Amino acid sequence: MYEYTDFDEAFVRERVAEFRGQVERRLDGSLTEDEFKPLRLMNGLYLQLHAYMLRIAVPYGTLNGRQMRQFAYIADRWDRGYGHFTTRQNIQFNWPKLQDVPDMLEALADVQMHAMQTSGNCIRNVTADHFSGAATDEIADPRPTAELLRQWSTDHPEFTWLGRKFKIAVTGSEHDRAVIKAHDIGLRLVQDDDGNPGYEVLVGGGLGRTPMLGKVVREFLPKEHLLPYVEAILQVYNLIGRRDNKYKARIKILVHETGIDEIRRLVESTFQENLARFNGVNQEVFDRIEASFAAPEFEPVYDVTPAVDAGLRSWIDTNVADHREPHYAIVTISLKGIGETPGDATSDQMRIMAALAEEFAHDELRISHEQNVILPHVPRRHLAEIYRRLKDAGLATANIGLVSDIIACPGMDYCALATARSIPVAQKISETFADIDRQRDIGPLKIKISGCINACGHHHVGHIGILGLDRAGVENYQITLGGDGTETASIGERAGPGFAYDEIVPAVERLIEAYLDHRSEDTETFLEVYRRMGPAPFKAALYPEAEARSNAA
Amino acid sequence: MAKRFKPQIATGNDLLDGDVVYFTQGLKWSRFIGDAWIATNEEAAEVLQKEASKFPNDIVGVYLTDVAIDDEGRARPDHFREDFRMRGPSNRPEHGRPVERA
Repeated sequence: MYEYTDFDEAFVRERVAEFRGQVERRLDGSLTEDEFKPLRLMNGLYLQLHAYMLRIAVPYGTLNGRQMRQFAYIADRWDRGYGHFTTRQNIQFNWPKLQDVPDMLEALADVQMHAMQTSGNCIRNVTADHFSGAATDEIADPRPTAELLRQWSTDHPEFTWLGRKFKIAVTGSEHDRAVIKAHDIGLRLVQDDDGNPGYEVLVGGGLGRTPMLGKVVREFLPKEHLLPYVEAILQVYNLIGRRDNKYKARIKILVHETGIDEIRRLVESTFQENLARFNGVNQEVFDRIEASFAAPEFEPVYDVTPAVDAGLRSWIDTNVADHREPHYAIVTISLKGIGETPGDATSDQMRIMAALAEEFAHDELRISHEQNVILPHVPRRHLAEIYRRLKDAGLATANIGLVSDIIACPGMDYCALATARSIPVAQKISETFADIDRQRDIGPLKIKISGCINACGHHHVGHIGILGLDRAGVENYQITLGGDGTETASIGERAGPGFAYDEIVPAVERLIEAYLDHRSEDTETFLEVYRRMGPAPFKAALYPEAEARSNAA
Repeated sequence: MAKRFKPQIATGNDLLDGDVVYFTQGLKWSRFIGDAWIATNEEAAEVLQKEASKFPNDIVGVYLTDVAIDDEGRARPDHFREDFRMRGPSNRPEHGRPVERA
């Protein structure tokens, strides 16, 4: 893992000291709220419905046991004993007090973490495939790229006040687990015909009010040209992106309105100018970073004995993925216990996950954008013991990729922007399909719920997407169908009129019944059926009255 | 005909802990909506807004919001957002806010 240099350490400490001063000046009245608000947002501190919220970056979702333990400590010492892992691989604490936040940031700095650029119109926490360095289909680990981008983008003077926020994701695999097509910039590590490393660069993806998939702006960018090229994209966006309307200020709108060909021309010409300024130092930095992401020292190969316990077998089937070393496995710890809040973990659970990483899994953890925690490097001989301990901690739900593995934003239970609740909808769906055998019969299904149009819950790329809105003072839920966030990405299509709070879970049940009725064989997934048959059978299930009327006509 | 005026109260968040607070007739801030000063016409609402804005270093994000009135003449949320603000997160009842004075 990347370790802070003396420069990083000093930089983060200075930032904490600076913010401590700002908080003091706010508390003694020398700063007004209007003056203070942008300063606190730059340090990840929001004011939500009932309290402040501190959003902490987990760069590219990677952390070690000590850092996870520190989250537990922060949760107990200054918050209410739990944290919420988000769809940007971050963690949020929901109850900090303003005067405590500088101490919380100091505690984070003690473990090489911070909350910078988790808010505001800047380049946000760079995300990456949560199976990085472990996936079987990986060309190269995307995290050195993500770390290089993080260092380049942190406090970048030219990009601190962009027209709008800017999100970058990186994957090193063919199978896209990082939703790169829904990012302002998506990067996929590829090789050219001669085997030289580089990137496929996508631009202009995003969800929110106007969902769009990223378009390829450069099919092959040599690895050493990354920063001058990405900087060129940001410069073009910063210069000609719209600032007159915040809903049209993301780069996706610019790409859409200008056209990808013209954007490419502008970026390439700016890139040529940048090339002269980038003198190769960034490659030295990259090489240093890359060395720090060297794979752990894997155990020598041994024969793996198959699991006998049924519960363990079921958990291995759903929550354990193959590792590039055959005697290793990737374990996904579900933070989607039946009826629980998606993405929440108590401080005790954090400590248990930290201990498992330290004892059995080369001291590494990941946060996935799907709000689960991953142990990326687990020798298979430890799976049974890990399962046993997770089970004791209420963390062994065997539902990864199934109907109850739901993404949900905090929604109106916490968020000041929300127009409806999302968490209780997720809880109720999960309770409705509590039976894991039923879930396994239904098979791979991604339900994603957002509590407002900003789409933090990624509903546009859910096989079933749910968007909570305020319709004339009542919570109302719109359904989208057929979304997909992987390499075969698609934006879900709206099914029709929305549903009331107490109607939405039965509506989801009807959708799933329709899928089961129409699948041609047990292995045909929900998404495959949707793509084969289109929306008609699902709409018929959602709106039986309309169906009956049209049949009668 | 003029639109019928809906009763309003002033609410905001405490600077220190962010908790939801309501402005009272005693020109103080309370954690209970039942204590809120209710403006029943436009002139009163203007006064309420003006008085409630005099605490920029204690209370942030002050705004007026429509309310319903219960049988005892106290303010009650008129919209579900204000209801969640009053009660706290519905997914974690243990972190709910006390709605009434104990």
